[in-house]
Amino acid sequence: MTALATILRRDLALLIPGGRRGGALLPVLFFLAVAMLYPFAVGPNAALLARTGGGVLWVAALLAAILPLDRLLASDLERGFFDQWALRGIAEEAVVAVRLLAHWVSFGPPLMLAALPAAALLGLSGATLRTVELGLLAGTPGLAAIGLIIAALTVGLRGGAALGGLLMIPLAVPLLVFGAGALSTGGTAGIALTAAISLLLVAIAPFAAGAAIRGAREG
Amino acid sequence: MEPAHLAATDLACRRGERVLFTGLAFALSPGEALQVTGRNGTGKSSLIRILAGLLRPLAGDVERHGAIALVDERPALDGDVPLGRALAFWTRLDGGHPPVGYLGLDELLDVPVRYLSTGQRKRGALARLAGQGAPLWLLDEPLNGLDSEAVGLCEALVAEHCAAGGIAVIASHQPFALPGLRSLPLAEFAP
Repeated sequence: MTALATILRRDLALLIPGGRRGGALLPVLFFLAVAMLYPFAVGPNAALLARTGGGVLWVAALLAAILPLDRLLASDLERGFFDQWALRGIAEEAVVAVRLLAHWVSFGPPLMLAALPAAALLGLSGATLRTVELGLLAGTPGLAAIGLIIAALTVGLRGGAALGGLLMIPLAVPLLVFGAGALSTGGTAGIALTAAISLLLVAIAPFAAGAAIRGAREG
Repeated sequence: MEPAHLAATDLACRRGERVLFTGLAFALSPGEALQVTGRNGTGKSSLIRILAGLLRPLAGDVERHGAIALVDERPALDGDVPLGRALAFWTRLDGGHPPVGYLGLDELLDVPVRYLSTGQRKRGALARLAGQGAPLWLLDEPLNGLDSEAVGLCEALVAEHCAAGGIAVIASHQPFALPGLRSLPLAEFAP
């Protein structure tokens, strides 16, 4: 348990915005850039922005989740960290579960914070903002889990980062459908379904990604 | 504590379509060291990874008693942090004391790992290995990039480890000076 706490501390130092591995602020800036550019693209129609803005934030969050994929696992595998952990009897699944937590902390809450100025830029109502924030809270763990699985699967491939982005989009569609869908229905049912999908993905991710990392070692 | 022990029976290894070696066997008891020799591509690194349990052999078994420490071409040290902090991460996991002074790393502890030379990084990896306190040492080309003085330090480190009852397997094409070092030429086990 102390070993995992040590690993979590290192992961957080690497991944959180301003952390050592750098570029962790990029998803947040990307997310804000989309919210800033959208009004320029569709024109200053306040009613249209307020109606579609929540959905745009969801798409921006999904695409922002792709950005950190290439630095999630690849460099630790290249540097031999996973081999060293395996020799110490620390399972890949445990390491990946810790990494999932650190990855979510590094991009879920920052995106939720960034959603506040983004909602102001788009002129979203308070109720819409609330639904977006709750949806992001329910959906970002799932996005983090999908990202981690894909990072593990594409870790040994050339151009894995670009492929990872393409793979992530279809897998994230259910989260988008229910998370952004809650905006039009206004109900909590969509958010509950988003949370359910997220939980499932979070439960699967350590095993799927752990197996992928072991597979990459044999290759 | 059970005495350290490392043995391989009837090991075979295949990489891609090629069988690299078959019928390889050895047994090491405490204090013994083995140098795996052979030309490039004969399977030295693969054998080390099989012994470490990181690669499945095509056939045969490996019997290990005791924890394993491994040094290969990847130092497993964070590039962006000073060497001292990179080593401290492993110290927190292993609870040992890496012999930084012994390996001449004292003045490098404040230098980020990515600014270190190949040889300095290798010495850092050796410090991590020694600090782990594991009885079974697997070294894959430990002398690569080391200058003659560091080669002597590395050999002395392994000698000390074996004198204390440890076991070492060294895969290297370079001569490794160690009293009582046995040699295992991989060419003899080529199919």
